[in-house]
Amino acid sequence: MNAVLAVIALVTVASAAVALSRRNLLHSILILAGSWAGVAVFYFWAGSQFLAFAQVLVYLGAISMAALFAVLLTRHSRDDVAGASSHQRAVYAILTGIAVAAVLLAAVARTPLTVRPSAPPPLSVRELGYTLMGSHAAALLVVGVLLTVALIGAVVLAAGDPPDPKEGEP
Amino acid sequence: MSPLQLCLAFSSVLFAVGLAGALARSNAILVLLGLELMLNAANLNFIAFWRYGPASTPATGVVFVLFSIAVAAAEAAVGLALVIALYRRQKNIRLPEATHLKG
Repeated sequence: MNAVLAVIALVTVASAAVALSRRNLLHSILILAGSWAGVAVFYFWAGSQFLAFAQVLVYLGAISMAALFAVLLTRHSRDDVAGASSHQRAVYAILTGIAVAAVLLAAVARTPLTVRPSAPPPLSVRELGYTLMGSHAAALLVVGVLLTVALIGAVVLAAGDPPDPKEGEP
Repeated sequence: MSPLQLCLAFSSVLFAVGLAGALARSNAILVLLGLELMLNAANLNFIAFWRYGPASTPATGVVFVLFSIAVAAAEAAVGLALVIALYRRQKNIRLPEATHLKG
């Protein structure tokens, strides 16, 4: 049981780390899709098949495709010109990441956690649907409105005319 | 080490990797993807406590993660649109050069 989880964790974290350290953006996004697939496998392992399905649909299907399109649309920019400042920032960022990971791992290791060793809570998709449309109906509507507004806003942002560089200057 | 602690350690390390990536890279798209990784790490915690934590209703953690994924999708859509708007304005997507909003 723990060995399977360890393998999932190792693959997910390793692919995320490799993805965020690559120079080629397309490679980064494709490897990061592997990391998101690892998270989906974790959901499946934990007993929530519906969430694994949602993760594959949203992250592997939608977000990685949108990111790929964004990379292709902005491909002619000179990305990541290696310089002293960017190298220094990378070192500080990795130190920050190690410090945050150390604090979080120490907190996890020292907190007494009671584990319920039973099977995962019984949850069928039918019950999940009743819960969503019943006691969480208001939140579901709010999320629907949020998605609509966000997508309209994204279209407005991305489709606007190129601004005049002189605009707004006295 | 109990499986719950292993799950929490997994999500902590994934969060740290996302944070380091978001801070280290100067490319706007990669910073956005680092943020998405951090959101994913938070979702892992919800599922870990849903699976192993003290029992509440059987759907609590799953519903929380579903809403979190929806909000993450909205965030990614707006973020990538902002990246394209940034590219249109300054012809690259390097964040250190995106200083127009300083005033």
